[in-house]
Amino acid sequence: MAKFEPVLLANVDNPDSHTLKVYEASGGYKAMKRALTEMTPVAVIDLVKSSNLRGRGGAGFPTGLKWSFLPKDHPGPIYMCINADESEPGTFNNRILMEEDPHQVIEGIIIGCFATRAQTAYIYLRYEYPLSYDRLQGAIDECYKAGYLGKNILGKEFSLDIYLHRGAAAYICGEETGLIESLEGKRAWPRIKPPFPAVEGVFRKPTVVNNIETMACVTQILARGADWFKSIGIPADPKNPRDPGSYGPKLYCLSGHVNKPGCYEAPLGITCRQLIDEFGGGVWKGRKAKAAIPGGISMGLLSEAELDTPLDFAGPGRVGCLGLGTAAVVVLDETVSMVDFLHNSCRFFAHESCGQCTPCREGTEWSLRMLDRIKAGKGRLRDLDLLLEIGDTIGIIPGTTICGLSDGAAWPIKNAIRKFRGEFEEYIKRTNPTGYMVTDAVDALPILAAH
Amino acid sequence: MSTAEHVLTDEMIAEIKSYFPRYPTRQAVTLPALHIVNERLREVPLQAVVEIAELLGLAPAEVQDTLSFYGFFKQGAPHGEVRAWVCRSISCALRGGEEVLEHMCHVAGIEPGETTADGKLTLEFAECLGACDFAPCMLAGKTLHKDLTKETGEQFVKQVRGSR
Repeated sequence: MAKFEPVLLANVDNPDSHTLKVYEASGGYKAMKRALTEMTPVAVIDLVKSSNLRGRGGAGFPTGLKWSFLPKDHPGPIYMCINADESEPGTFNNRILMEEDPHQVIEGIIIGCFATRAQTAYIYLRYEYPLSYDRLQGAIDECYKAGYLGKNILGKEFSLDIYLHRGAAAYICGEETGLIESLEGKRAWPRIKPPFPAVEGVFRKPTVVNNIETMACVTQILARGADWFKSIGIPADPKNPRDPGSYGPKLYCLSGHVNKPGCYEAPLGITCRQLIDEFGGGVWKGRKAKAAIPGGISMGLLSEAELDTPLDFAGPGRVGCLGLGTAAVVVLDETVSMVDFLHNSCRFFAHESCGQCTPCREGTEWSLRMLDRIKAGKGRLRDLDLLLEIGDTIGIIPGTTICGLSDGAAWPIKNAIRKFRGEFEEYIKRTNPTGYMVTDAVDALPILAAH
Repeated sequence: MSTAEHVLTDEMIAEIKSYFPRYPTRQAVTLPALHIVNERLREVPLQAVVEIAELLGLAPAEVQDTLSFYGFFKQGAPHGEVRAWVCRSISCALRGGEEVLEHMCHVAGIEPGETTADGKLTLEFAECLGACDFAPCMLAGKTLHKDLTKETGEQFVKQVRGSR
């Protein structure tokens, strides 16, 4: 295989990379122009389908297939929502794209809207990204001036408006139907599916929700072709007819205890260890890794022995993680206490549970209280089984909640305790030598100001 | 109709109305309107909720319902002249983010979520700010502070409070 050259990040280090002038100087918007003048919307969908592009936001659903779920001959309007609510701990690849190469993203949005016949696109942007807001708005303004947005783009019948819509610091808005509710001006409570957004989404109209990086991939697929895209990554498993494979370049975020944290582009399927050693300059301070989060905290944990796991859509699942998620790798060195790690994770999800489904609202809160108690030296061995019981029973995988937030809360619990149980037991015995074996019910704790 | 003194200025109302053509419903302008008011007043008082609801053709309870879902909008007292979020999520926590927040709160004499008595600074914890490549980090207003230490955090608090 030829040496891998970054494509999604090719422009980001150029001076003024966020401007239209610089973007067009390196061939930007040619793919969009060709799509609009030489292709039909159906042909664009077919091309994206044949590339086997899978959504980069976390779930990995095939993008072209998602577009083709829109009802045929719908009188409209059809909406596109771009999910830029990137809030998964450890994840910042969309921020890099929006700040340094917003036109690559907008080109993909124009192509995507042309393909799906959407005439309005909303970019739902998390509030915590003020520079992304300015850069995207600047790029949108440039596009209106250049005639790439607005009425009758390139003299064609196709018209498109793109609006930025800022969130208000809530993780759940990254769930696509939570995003839709929030965009409509309501509390971001995810919807029961079906109906899926393609049938009934924002403003009760057919809606496509796509991630920022996915749209950058669309731009590159239109520019370079589906065969180029499929020449990168891990092929589909021939024994599994439902596996679309893991093709294309991917932006991996690397943070935590590495020498060089950053956003790196690599072919899908690079191993976690390669990423840490070849891109991240190894674990910091000459230490060893103890574990790594494979794709944002909700995906769970890889143990040191599992670091050779390939980070494609199927890899992390084979070692008990939830999946590839956002491909955000967070490295924990050998000094990290797994009790501290799990406390941090449980605190995050207890804070971010939207409160709509009881198993998630209560389960995330109880697990945090138990971790608070364990951390405070009052843990009992039985708590570990209670935590696992919570982990095994909250989420859409056991089938008790509307959205996947609590699967994300459950996986770090399940992975941390099942892969590092000895450490938890040792901690509990050491910090609670007289009470670790007690199995009586614990008196209700006063409300803790833990989050 | 409320008889209380109006808090939305003509300028705010005009800006809120400028969002109407973007959406097929008025309710979708709720978050933009809350942001517009919050940027000016550093809070969204109940009276503003009533006035926003009137502009959007909603019941005040509908606007308040949305507002209260997001922990973002203060009500009752404005946040400080500078509102700073220090990240406590995993990538920052692994590099000392929680200790930095604790130290900054100690220097400022407040708990996370509180505002200094001089009204200059509100310090809050944040869940992942999406800047893990610069952990630990803090977002103060529109400025991202990268690779924070206790020293740079303390310096920031003193600078904002003008007591250097």
